Amino acid sequence: MNVETMNVTGEPLHRDKGDVLLSVDNISLRFGGVKAISDVSFDIRKGEVRAIIGPNGAGKTSMLNCINGFYHPQEGQITYKGVRRAKVKPHQAAADGIARTFQNVALFKGMSTLDNIMTGRTLKMHRSFFWQALRHGPAMTEEIEHRKVVEDIIDFLQIQHIRKLPVGKLPYGLQKRVELGRALAMEPELLLLDEPMAGMNLEEKEDMCRFILDVNNQFGTTIALIEHDMGVVMDLSDRVVVLEYGRKIADGTPDEVKANQKVIDAYLGVAH
Amino acid sequence: MSDVAARPAPNLFAKGWVKTGLILVAIVAAAILGAQFDDSGTLYKVFIDPFQQMVQAPDLLAQTIWEGLVSGVLYALIALGFVLIFKASGVFNFAQGIMVVFAALTLVGLYEKGVPAFLAVILTLGVMFALAVTIERVVLRPLVNQPDIILFMATFGITYFLIGFGEALFGGNPKQMIADQLWLPKGAIDLKLFGGLVSLQKIDIAAAVIASIMIAALAAFFQYTRIGRALRAVADSHKAALSVGISLNQIWVIVWFTAGIVALITGIMWGARSDVSFALEIVALKALPVLILGGFTSIPGAIVGGLIIGIGEKMGEFYWGPLIGGGIESWLAYFIALGFLLFRPQGLFGDKIIERI
Repeated sequence: MNVETMNVTGEPLHRDKGDVLLSVDNISLRFGGVKAISDVSFDIRKGEVRAIIGPNGAGKTSMLNCINGFYHPQEGQITYKGVRRAKVKPHQAAADGIARTFQNVALFKGMSTLDNIMTGRTLKMHRSFFWQALRHGPAMTEEIEHRKVVEDIIDFLQIQHIRKLPVGKLPYGLQKRVELGRALAMEPELLLLDEPMAGMNLEEKEDMCRFILDVNNQFGTTIALIEHDMGVVMDLSDRVVVLEYGRKIADGTPDEVKANQKVIDAYLGVAH
Repeated sequence: MSDVAARPAPNLFAKGWVKTGLILVAIVAAAILGAQFDDSGTLYKVFIDPFQQMVQAPDLLAQTIWEGLVSGVLYALIALGFVLIFKASGVFNFAQGIMVVFAALTLVGLYEKGVPAFLAVILTLGVMFALAVTIERVVLRPLVNQPDIILFMATFGITYFLIGFGEALFGGNPKQMIADQLWLPKGAIDLKLFGGLVSLQKIDIAAAVIASIMIAALAAFFQYTRIGRALRAVADSHKAALSVGISLNQIWVIVWFTAGIVALITGIMWGARSDVSFALEIVALKALPVLILGGFTSIPGAIVGGLIIGIGEKMGEFYWGPLIGGGIESWLAYFIALGFLLFRPQGLFGDKIIERI
C-alpha cells in the first residue's frame, strides 16, 4: 500500500482473496515444560479477515507473538510473502509490513495521540536527523507529508478531539482506537489485532467493528484478529481458526466452525 | 443552626501555593519574633544577619550567585547524562559519573601520546561510541526484560570496570585538562557592580554558553526528530516500540553514545576548572539531588534542579556555613533534595505518575 491508497474517502479497493500471504506450518512453542502451542498449521490469505478464537489459555496471543517475532517457535516454520522466516525480530517484522495491537493496550502514555500515531511512521521516514532537528529543508517536507497521512488516519478513526491529549489520560475505548491508528500509520499488509474489543461497551464495539471492516475494505489490509465476542467474530471474519490447549481443533468459514462438534464442546464443556 | 455547624470550614490548605505561602510567613514571623527574645543571638545569626549581609554587600551576593550558577550548570550537565539514559531505558545509570572521568582521561591521555588536541576530541568521541556499542552488546542486550534493579546493578558493574580499566590505561594520578589547546579562554573579567568588584572566570562563561547550546540541541533532537520520538517511545513501552519497528538495540546505542558525548563535554568543563581525576566521580553523585529536585525524566528539570542546587549550595556555604564551622557544601545539596522529596516526590518537572487501577 502506498500513501495514495490511504485516501480515506476513496473508493473501496478490490478485495483480492487468492494468494496465501502468511502460512504457519506445524509450529510448536514451549516455555520450559509448558506447551503453549503444539503442531499448529494454518494460513492467512491476502485481503481476508482471519479470526483466531479459543478459550482462555488456548495459545492465541502466543500465536500472534510468533507471527510478529516476539516469540520464536522451537519447531515448525512461518512463511510470509513466500519467504520462509528464520528468527525474525519484532522491528524487522514491522519493516516487512506486519503491524499489531496488544491485548492490554501498549501505548506511549506520556505522548499525545498525534505523536503516538506518528511513531507508526518511524520506518517510513528517512531524512537524517540533522535536518529534522533543524526543522528545515527536506526533513520539513517529509514531516508534513507524513503528518498528512496521520491526520487522515485521525479523521478516519474520528479521534480529532483528542489529537493533542496525552493518551495515558484517555478512556480505555479511545486508547484502543489510538492503538489501532498507530498500527494503521505503518500502512501494514498484515494487521494483527489482539482482542480489539475487549472491555468495550456495545456502542464502542460497533464503532470498532466498522473501523476494522473499513480498513479491510478500503485499504485492502489483511487482518488477523483474536476476539472473544462470538457475534463479532462471526460477523467480521471470512475464516476462523479455533485453538484449544495449544492445538488446532477447527478451521473454516464461520458457519462451518459454528457447527463443528469439537468447537461446541470446547466452548460449552463436555462430560467425559 | 445545626446545618451551619455541620458546614465544613473553608480549607485554607487546599491549595498548594497558599499552604506554602502560609508556612513561609509563619517561619519568617517566628524567626523575627524569636530573634527579638533570644538572648544568645543564635536565631539572629541564622535568620536575620545573613540577609542583612546580602543587602549590605550586594557585590558579594552577586559573586556568590554567579559561582553557584556556574557549578549549577555543571551539575545540570551531569544530571543531563542521567536523564537521557533514564528516559530511554528506565535505567538509573550509576556509571554516568565514571563516564565523565573516563572521557576526560581518554582525551588527556591521547593528547599526552602526541595526538593533536582536536583530533583527540574526535578520537575520544569514537571511544565513547565504541563504549556505547560494547555496553549495549555485552550488558544491556543479555539483560533485556530483566527487572530495572538488575540493570541498575549492572551499571555498578560498568562503573567498577571503567575505574579499573581507566586506571590501567592512564594511571591513577590527577591530570591537567588541555584547556588551552582546545582554545578555552583563560583569566577573568572583573565587573564593577554594586560598588564592588565581581570577578567572572572566562572558563565559567564558556562553560555556561557551551552547556546552553548543548542543552538546546538535545531538546530539539528529542522534540523534533524521528529518533527523538523513537527515544520517547522506547521510554514508555518497549513492546509497543518494537511493534512499530523501532529497534531497541539501535536506540540504546544512540542514547548511551549521546550520554557519552555529554560526559565528554562535562569532563572537559569540570577538568578545566579543577583537574582530571577519579575524585570527579564523587562530584558526579551530586547529580542525584539535582535529579530528585528536577525529576528523573525531564531535561528542563535537570537544568533548573542543577541551578537551584548550585546556587543553594554556594549561598548556604557562604552565609550560613560559618555558623557551624563551614564545610556544609558537601551535604547541603542532599538536605535540600530531602526537603523536596517530602513535598514533591516526582520532582519539579517530573512526570506525575498516572496509573489506572
